[in-house]
Amino acid sequence: MKLLNQSVKYLSISILLIISVWALVFYINMLDEIKESIDEGLENYKRLIIRRVRPDSGIVPQKDFDETFFTIREISSDQAFQIRDTYIDTLMYMQDADDEEPELEPVRMLTTAFEKNGRFYELKIINSMVEEDDLIEELFRETVYLYLILIAAILVINNIVLQRLWKPFYNLLSQLKTYRLGSSKNLPEIKTRTREFNDLQHAVRTLLQHTIETYEQQKQFIGNASHELQTPLAIAMNKLELFLEKGHPEDPDMEDIIQVLQIIERLVRLNKSLLLLTKIENRQFADDQSVSISEVTAQAIQELQDVADFKEVSISVEETSGLIVHMDVSLAGIVITNLIRNAVFHNVSGGNVNIHIADNAITICNTGLSAPLDADRIFNRFHKSDTGSGGTGLGLAIVKAICNIYRFKASYFFDNGKHCFKIDFTFH
Amino acid sequence: MKILIVEDEKELIEAIAASLAKEHFLVEKATDFRTAGEKMHLYEYDCILLDIMLQGGNGLQLLEQLKQSGKADNVIIISAKDSLDDKIRGLELGADDYLTKPFHLAELNARVKAVLRRKKLEGKSIIEAGNCVLDLNERVFLVNRENVPLNRKEFDILEYFLLNKNRLITKNTLAERVWGDNTDQTDNFDFIYYQIKNLRKKLQSSHADIKIESVYGIGYKMLEE
Repeated sequence: MKLLNQSVKYLSISILLIISVWALVFYINMLDEIKESIDEGLENYKRLIIRRVRPDSGIVPQKDFDETFFTIREISSDQAFQIRDTYIDTLMYMQDADDEEPELEPVRMLTTAFEKNGRFYELKIINSMVEEDDLIEELFRETVYLYLILIAAILVINNIVLQRLWKPFYNLLSQLKTYRLGSSKNLPEIKTRTREFNDLQHAVRTLLQHTIETYEQQKQFIGNASHELQTPLAIAMNKLELFLEKGHPEDPDMEDIIQVLQIIERLVRLNKSLLLLTKIENRQFADDQSVSISEVTAQAIQELQDVADFKEVSISVEETSGLIVHMDVSLAGIVITNLIRNAVFHNVSGGNVNIHIADNAITICNTGLSAPLDADRIFNRFHKSDTGSGGTGLGLAIVKAICNIYRFKASYFFDNGKHCFKIDFTFH
Repeated sequence: MKILIVEDEKELIEAIAASLAKEHFLVEKATDFRTAGEKMHLYEYDCILLDIMLQGGNGLQLLEQLKQSGKADNVIIISAKDSLDDKIRGLELGADDYLTKPFHLAELNARVKAVLRRKKLEGKSIIEAGNCVLDLNERVFLVNRENVPLNRKEFDILEYFLLNKNRLITKNTLAERVWGDNTDQTDNFDFIYYQIKNLRKKLQSSHADIKIESVYGIGYKMLEE
């Protein structure tokens, strides 16, 4: 969810709550105020009526509210003493200006008692009240309007504020998204007077600088490690080569020398593969460009064609799409060549290799002797399905490492007696 | 032909020097940055083998100095660092080739001869031995001026042999030359054997003056009759 929507979501919920509570309190307070003012009016009427009644000799009982807004009824003294001044809300048939015929309207009624010439009377006075349902309806409508206007205002203000204030943030974010360790030359930079963004920028740059330092050290370490290992290996290999040239073909020791030389050569290959793997995992290949998988495949097949012919393995390519992948071209070559080479070498005489290039994946299937391989472990380092092949056990691990950095998916499956390797180039 | 080897590892420099001496080159050695700089300044060399990591400085600095005096075109960088950056920089500075340690002596031999050939023949790339001519540009092999058809791998193998005449080449070295870096399959040897067998047949039937001999069963040697 976008920041804008997030803030609007929280603001709209909290404003809804505030306005609802406010409307309720406002309604209760207003009703109280209205009643208080009506009650004061009724009290005033009571005094006026009683004062007017006093000078008269006779009291004219007023039975109902038909003519006036009060009733007077004679009661016993006992009853009179029980009566306190009470205000109640009640309903009464009335015809207002907006009514076509009389209907029940809310009224406020004061009930009281007074004594005149030793006789007791009960007095009831009414005053029409505000209609509560009308009041609620009106208040509700106004509240909803207020709410909608507030939300609209917040949306507009938020949009402007976010776009203006957060501009440096989004700027920094987009720079970070395209930043690649080792290949981007400039650190992300924004110009802003906002302290938080400056802090963020500072933190990001410090982190990046530290990472770059570590990366450079790592790179240097790899270089040094390779130097340290490769040079002794070179000396041993070259010395043995010279020794072999000096020796006599009949010398039985030559056999041992040759074996040692082969072991050293194997060490060299292993070291090179490990270095390649480390370099891939340190993402030191970052020359990403559009790579045509069919071109890379054609090149790999060309390299392997002679040995495939020799092993009587036929290679066929079926292409349903011109697959273009954004990646480092040498890494693409390593992935495809490793897989096709495996497919050719772990094959049987008269067997075949089928390559299928689809919309976003390449599948390489080959006939072979062995039973289905362990799909979970086959991509692990040093996992060898058949011992004694002289392989480094790193070929598929290298494929997997390359797929990992680009978030491609490398998988193995056994289908119809064929070993199949599939690289799915969609971003996972 | 005078060759300068700049390499800080004494044992390695000895092995390289011994191998190049067999090809009758005049070999000079420098084991540190200062000596190398002095020698490059004072003498002319037909080929310079230059290590990048040196005691006292970076080999690329020496290459820069060579470039300034217009002598960088016959340099082969030999480095333990298989670093693309170094390779690109080295070649930009005018180095002719970049060889990653460890390498087979036969490989170094082939690269040195390629540099010398380019220098002497001004672009023409022909290797001659007896009645045989291998034209690297046209990719044809002639015996007594008659074309002998070879497939791609046979051609590569023959070129390698001709560049390492009279020298032992192990099967592994050949496999690496033909397959590149990732030769880790024993099947390769069968294939090499098969290619050599075919090549021998073609050499015999065309009455070439060269032949491929097996040595100890693990390598081969090309001899001129």
